[in-house]
Amino acid sequence: MKASEVDKRELIARRVAQELRDGFTVNLGIGMPTLVANYIPPGTEVIFQSENGMLGMGPFPLEGEEDPDLVNAGKETVSEIPGSSYFSSSDSFAMIRGGHVDLTVLGGLQVDEKGNLANWAVPGKMLKGMGGAMDLVSGAKRVIIAMEHTSKEGNPKIMRQCTLPLTGVGVVDLIVTELAVIEVTPDGLVLREIAEDMTPEAVQKLTEARLRVAPDLKKIAL
Amino acid sequence: MDKTVANADVAVRRIRDGASIMMGGFGVCGIPENLIAALRRAGTKNITAISNNPGTAEFGIGFLLQTKQVRKMVASYVGENKLFEQLVMSGEVELELNPQGTLAERIRAGGAGIPAFYTPTGYGTMIAEGKETREFDGRMYVLEKALRADFAFIKAWKGDRWGNLMYRKTARNYNPVMAMAADYVIAEVEELVELGGIPPDQVHTPGVYVNAIFQGTHYEKRIEKRTVRHRLAV
Repeated sequence: MKASEVDKRELIARRVAQELRDGFTVNLGIGMPTLVANYIPPGTEVIFQSENGMLGMGPFPLEGEEDPDLVNAGKETVSEIPGSSYFSSSDSFAMIRGGHVDLTVLGGLQVDEKGNLANWAVPGKMLKGMGGAMDLVSGAKRVIIAMEHTSKEGNPKIMRQCTLPLTGVGVVDLIVTELAVIEVTPDGLVLREIAEDMTPEAVQKLTEARLRVAPDLKKIAL
Repeated sequence: MDKTVANADVAVRRIRDGASIMMGGFGVCGIPENLIAALRRAGTKNITAISNNPGTAEFGIGFLLQTKQVRKMVASYVGENKLFEQLVMSGEVELELNPQGTLAERIRAGGAGIPAFYTPTGYGTMIAEGKETREFDGRMYVLEKALRADFAFIKAWKGDRWGNLMYRKTARNYNPVMAMAADYVIAEVEELVELGGIPPDQVHTPGVYVNAIFQGTHYEKRIEKRTVRHRLAV
């Protein structure tokens, strides 16, 4: 990955981490969302839930301490912390679907003006499945999409209407990109924060959806 | 009552071509290694495999894909397995995708006598196509049917001759619900203990669900993505 791409991911993760609150139970999707765990604000205790049946997921283990029976949703080895618990897949999704997870952070291919999310079917490729994504967006109290503002080819990802297969209808609460923080409201998308070197017009140019600019528009402060 | 059998080869003898088999595991974590290997040796064909993932190309259900024993897969995510992708693209393996929570709940319902249930998951997406939907308290839900199978291959940590099972860490995953939802449930355990060897509060699957149990051997317990953090330099 190019240095600039790594920087974008870190920027997004750092801003998303500001949404964490003390005592939150959080599920981080695979990929960029996992970086959010690196930026938990000091004094904030967050409990990470892993869809494959763990609450209180710890960091990657030290070398030599990997346990094949202890993996996260991305099949990476993780560790326990004091307070961890294990449960079955059906119990895990009862926890997720039943509204007990405060926040989920997922990647996105597209989000649209109605808060619809498309993030499981990649155009031109065989359908590989949605894993827990559809359940997470249906059940989590708050859904944040962490994604780059445009695709690798430079196309907008924040759309008037998603063109890719949907993960959920009206499920997204907040979009965080390297350029902007956008809130999904019943009246459409509201631009709440922009990056240091951006203007609302510049952000709108890279966005297909219509953005309303918040009267108290702020710069993203990291 | 003694449900123990000698080994996986004995356990799979009754499985006929065309059987549907639930297999525990998440990736290659908590998979019934011995039973999968035994099914491969038995050469049983046209299997419908129900599992969260199709393993990797080299391990787990991948063993059965290599020998073309699987006709259909019911799963929630099938990425990172090039062999599986090829078999689906060529039409040799049929794929039915379910959201992970829906798959887990369909299996739970199948074991719990619930024929169908409503879930918000997938409403308005491809998943809901062809299915009944209904509104409850202003929110839309999709009707999903219970899922059962002829057989279930369960991997547990400890078990006894009554079929009581105890799981370990995230190797638990689908095993407890699959143990409820098949006509014939076979459990392989790392350690077969005496009755009472599992404290009653720690029995995760009460023995009533299990038909056959054996102590497995030579567990590889592969790690799909070995990920570590580094000690800070002193």
